Amino acid sequence: MHNPQLNKHGELQHLLTLDGLPREILNAILDTAAPFTEVAEREVKKVPLLRGKSIFNLFFENSTRTRTTFEIAAKRLSADVVNLNISTSSAAKGESLLDTVDNLCAMQADMFVVRHAASGAPFLIARHLQEQDRDDIHVINAGDGRHAHPTQGLLDMYTIRHFKGDFTGLTVAIVGDVLHSRVARSQISALTTLGVPEVRVIGPKTLLPTDVERMGVRVFHDMREGLRDVDVVMMLRLQNERMSGALLPSPQEFYKVWGLTADKLALARPDAIVMHPGPMNRGVEIDSAVADGAQAVILPQVTFGIAVRMAVMSMLAS
Amino acid sequence: MNIKIANGRVIDPANELDQVQDLYVAGGKIAALGAAPQGFSAERVIDAQGLVVCPGLIDVAARLREPGFEYRATLESEMDAAMAGGVTSLAIPPDTDPPLDEPGLVEMLCHRAKKLNRAHVYPVGALTLGLKGERLSEMAELVDSGCVAFSQANVPIVDNAVLMRAMQYAATFGFRVWLQPLAPFLSRGGFAHDGEVATRLGLPGIPTAAETVALYTYLQLAKVTGARLHITRLSSAEGLGLIEQARAEGMDVTCDVSINHLHLSDMDIGYFDSNCHLVPPLRSQRDREALRAGLRDGRIDALCSDHTPVDDDGKQTPFSESEPGATGLELLLPLTLKWADEVRIPLVRALAKVTSDAARLVGITKAGHLAPGARADLCLFDPEATIQVSRRGLRSQGKNTPFLGLELPGRVRYTLVEGQVMFGDEAA
Repeated sequence: MHNPQLNKHGELQHLLTLDGLPREILNAILDTAAPFTEVAEREVKKVPLLRGKSIFNLFFENSTRTRTTFEIAAKRLSADVVNLNISTSSAAKGESLLDTVDNLCAMQADMFVVRHAASGAPFLIARHLQEQDRDDIHVINAGDGRHAHPTQGLLDMYTIRHFKGDFTGLTVAIVGDVLHSRVARSQISALTTLGVPEVRVIGPKTLLPTDVERMGVRVFHDMREGLRDVDVVMMLRLQNERMSGALLPSPQEFYKVWGLTADKLALARPDAIVMHPGPMNRGVEIDSAVADGAQAVILPQVTFGIAVRMAVMSMLAS
Repeated sequence: MNIKIANGRVIDPANELDQVQDLYVAGGKIAALGAAPQGFSAERVIDAQGLVVCPGLIDVAARLREPGFEYRATLESEMDAAMAGGVTSLAIPPDTDPPLDEPGLVEMLCHRAKKLNRAHVYPVGALTLGLKGERLSEMAELVDSGCVAFSQANVPIVDNAVLMRAMQYAATFGFRVWLQPLAPFLSRGGFAHDGEVATRLGLPGIPTAAETVALYTYLQLAKVTGARLHITRLSSAEGLGLIEQARAEGMDVTCDVSINHLHLSDMDIGYFDSNCHLVPPLRSQRDREALRAGLRDGRIDALCSDHTPVDDDGKQTPFSESEPGATGLELLLPLTLKWADEVRIPLVRALAKVTSDAARLVGITKAGHLAPGARADLCLFDPEATIQVSRRGLRSQGKNTPFLGLELPGRVRYTLVEGQVMFGDEAA
């Protein structure tokens, strides 16, 4: 099956998912991101790579953090950025997703950054653009349903590479609500592609998707067992609506069994790093002492996120 | 009109007949096979050299979308599709708007269909009013109006006490109850088979247990109520296993499968192809293989199109927001032939699944076979020719099907209804 995010030369046309993306492309993005981390340290935090380009942030689902980092990334590349909160505009008036896209194409958009509550929505847009022969317009998935959040996955890989140097000797654990997490899916795709020999997922059966081991991970339900000797701990956010009901009895019980505390972290390798995509629920999935501790790299993740998004945008536009 | 269909390969699954011979039609009925009846003079001769002549296909599930969803399809457009597909009898699920729960409505639908004078329509009435699963419909009246069975379409009854009463009431009269095995809570909020593909794509899943749990319930209730149970659109190997078990215990239960589930699996969703958003969901390749084997050896009684035209607006949305369903009337014959070829069974046995066996489920006695005196509903097709499935080529108003772009075997050349040529592809 044709991978809709690659053009006929095998180059990146859109960034929709990390699943199925070749290792060379993942590495190329990480390599491209490296020099962009320095842009932020300059007095004038701007490069002219995307001057004159129009980037539309199409957010059908609320998000301040991700939208802001994309906006900063685009502005540092000198692009013009338009933010559209669709949940409060056209869609509310009944306009279809593709009608919205057509209208924005007519406004000479060069790139769409799309966040949508339904898995696959950015694929629909990409396919639509392809049918219209608009290969001059690029789509970046900024999170679709439970499916993928590729730039988050990439910034996590950048962070791991920054602190660990290499992927091929690592044991990585992803902890918590994998079922509803697009971040986890992108992380798993990237880690397995980049050659991490052991990727573990840890959580209750109610929060691990069916057949997840087919994605190339080892499943653990016991947090202590799962954290033993890992190099990287990637915590996931537990959303409020999952905390009680039929998936979990209470946030307290979740914290007790799967919350990351100093004593559980002590089972990991002494130099293990702790990551979290944010926003954190302190006292639910992670203890403050760990979140603010020496092993946490949560704030560097945010910083690297801007460089990685600059890399993706500049690669798509070139 | 007296018609002689000359030199065709006449296949009549009901009578296990597969032989090149002439077939004679008079007064809307099959007059004779082989030799002409005495005094027969043909007003028209159809040269069927190289064509298969078989009973018009009987589709046990085709939605025509009337009343209520005329923007998706109309009786006219879908009857055209049926004729082009060689389908001459259709059982219609009750999930129209309003649902087929009122005798007047059913009479009107039958009347409209009759006026169009194409495929025969066999409405399946709503088991409960408005398909709401609360109050029983007027089943006896609905049968008088033309209903052949009762179902909830894809709207499961939540309250099992109501389901049991409905089955009891239907059993009072010996009416057929057709149920889709879909447990309401287990299927709620899901869009694809709960397995590797849904996990990878982040699509909320519908577990196989949604089918098996419903089947356990239906089979138990059929046992205690004595209802004549037919299971529609089986989707899983486990589901088929439960039906086998029930039969081994002596239960009389029938089941069918759709062309989509016979040929596709969740892998075909690919990158969120909303044409593969179906009810029940496409399950794993293992399930598909079990269904193919089950249809082959007779554990599954019939094959149907589950024709569900959806307009483009309903499909050009993210997968989980799209309308489920696919168009299928024109693909029923080609996909029957494709399956027959792939599992290597004789044409006469394969065609039984869409003619004589389907007729038995709907309770049609006058058609579905070619014995003299039967209704001259006929399908003449070229088994060597192929069709290209394309939006332009489909006559149905619904252009949505997972099979778009494929070349499939079997091209219908003529469709006859009660001895009248209603479709002729003579140019081809």
